[in-house]
Amino acid sequence: MDFTTFLIQALNGIQYGFLLFLVASGLTLIFGIMGIINLAHGAFYMLGAYITYWLIGYTGNLAIAIALGLVIMVVVGYAIERLAISFLYSRDHLHQVLLTYGLILILNELQKIFWGTDFYSVPVPDMLKGGIQMTDNQSYPYYRLFISLVCMIVAAGLYLLISKTKLGMMIRAGASNREMTQALGINVNGIFAIVFSLGAALAAFSGMVGSPVSSVFPGMGDEILIISFVVVVIGGIGSVKGAFVGAMIIGLADTFGTVLLPEFASVVVYAVMAMILLWRPQGLFGKA
Amino acid sequence: MMNRDIFIRAFTLVFIGVLAIGPMLFESYYKELVMHMMVLGIFAMSLDLLIGFTGLVSFGHAAFFGVAGYLLAIVTPEAEPISIFISLPFCLGGAALAALVIGWFSVRTSGIYFIMITLAFAQMLFYYFNENQDLGGSDGIFIFNKPLFGWGETKLLDLDNPDVLYYLIFASLIGTYLLLRTILNAPFGKVIKGIKANEHRTQALGFNTQRYKLVAFVLAGTLAGFAGYLEAITTGIVSPGHLHWHHSGEVMMLVILGGMGTLFGPVLGAFALELLRDNFQDMTQHWHLYQGIFIILIVLLLPNGIASLANLFGKKQEVPVEEAATEKEEQKS
Repeated sequence: MDFTTFLIQALNGIQYGFLLFLVASGLTLIFGIMGIINLAHGAFYMLGAYITYWLIGYTGNLAIAIALGLVIMVVVGYAIERLAISFLYSRDHLHQVLLTYGLILILNELQKIFWGTDFYSVPVPDMLKGGIQMTDNQSYPYYRLFISLVCMIVAAGLYLLISKTKLGMMIRAGASNREMTQALGINVNGIFAIVFSLGAALAAFSGMVGSPVSSVFPGMGDEILIISFVVVVIGGIGSVKGAFVGAMIIGLADTFGTVLLPEFASVVVYAVMAMILLWRPQGLFGKA
Repeated sequence: MMNRDIFIRAFTLVFIGVLAIGPMLFESYYKELVMHMMVLGIFAMSLDLLIGFTGLVSFGHAAFFGVAGYLLAIVTPEAEPISIFISLPFCLGGAALAALVIGWFSVRTSGIYFIMITLAFAQMLFYYFNENQDLGGSDGIFIFNKPLFGWGETKLLDLDNPDVLYYLIFASLIGTYLLLRTILNAPFGKVIKGIKANEHRTQALGFNTQRYKLVAFVLAGTLAGFAGYLEAITTGIVSPGHLHWHHSGEVMMLVILGGMGTLFGPVLGAFALELLRDNFQDMTQHWHLYQGIFIILIVLLLPNGIASLANLFGKKQEVPVEEAATEKEEQKS
């Protein structure tokens, strides 16, 4: 593998890692703060992609489609939290798994009713067409760089939101001691609803910006959900920093696995997971 | 108080009685459906050993179901049948080995980690079979010959006869039930129930809980492989869908909806849900939509499963003080 190929694959891996991070950070936040294991998280990613495809048909502009889509997804996330998830806080994981599994069945079926089972593609915006010429016949598309850049901004925003704002302080307080925070007069239920909608929006956003690269198809949510679980388990459940490191490890392992070991491509990430768990069963940044 | 016991006993007797004379009652379509339900019942009971009795929420149970089926496909020659006395131990051994490896990693963790890790390992196996073109890739692989119940030229039972196969599966269902009941009443069963109620306390009593959990995991995986083996014989095809995490989710649903922590509940769940599916699928293309709504309603309204409806016929019998204490613990955790 020459250096240019290596560089292109590394950039691809990082870009995939960033998309994974947006999904996994929501998953890990929802678990860490609300104690909810949300299987429907992948469905939000899928809905994000489908809504983008649908809105781009009306607006013709990716940015507007994403902005409108995010509003829709925040509302959807909020409604699901109020109507279903909020009844589960005192129940055990088993019921959470079952109920959110039911949600997946419903959301997947609604997707089929509205959009059918065809594959769709979302056009890359004109401004970002083309790529950087690296050698005579290899180039790196601008749009993939754009994805990494946007995700980096979102990740930085998330970091600032959680570590520097008052809302972030309440979120962290709610995560470390729910009863105490409530006793201090903070509306924990309200915070939970916000965190859940935020997580849903992050997953959907990942599906939205990724849609021109990955195309839009049924079952895309299931795929990303399982990989996000791997990311969260590697990083340590509840840790956003862990989700970031885990997402990068898996993004790179998956990309280089596909190039170097094509026959075992999809097994590589799980082998990586097994090795890391042998070393640290609670994940890289998890509390024992 | 006694009404409940009488109701359960009467219901069980009628249930087993109807199954026993099944081939005379059902047309061939329903006979196949009932065979499928009984296989699912075995599968669900095996998962209940983990979820309901040991407290291990495994989300990758379909892996063992599928592995045993694929092993049967691999070991069956195209031209002639293979003896069940060779293929069954081979397939169950393979499922047990897979469960041993996955379990060895998984039982070191607990709670949500356990759920996610079992899920991830099962997906790894799913992708392996899904992408292995020698095994038919995503289309799956046919098993051309049902195993020979006998050896060499001797044929004890003719498995190509649907009625014979029906009774083999029926006997397997009853056999699995009795086996699990014996195990659960044995000292081993007391220990794993103790692990579910309070692992630290069980540890403090001097039991190596990791080892007990691993044994339970392997046992459950082997029984799931048994169900997968029977399914492969019945349908004559194995596909990666058998290992897909939706399949794990579905069997978990059977266990919880039926009523976990009982052996009868999961079987009941398997029958109830398959009947529902069969009826709904005729009426609508969007069965999954109704299935999803049904699951959510059950979780919200009937958290202890369908089997808890038996409580309508009176409360559960009074249990001795110690057991009541453990039960309270269970409810708390």
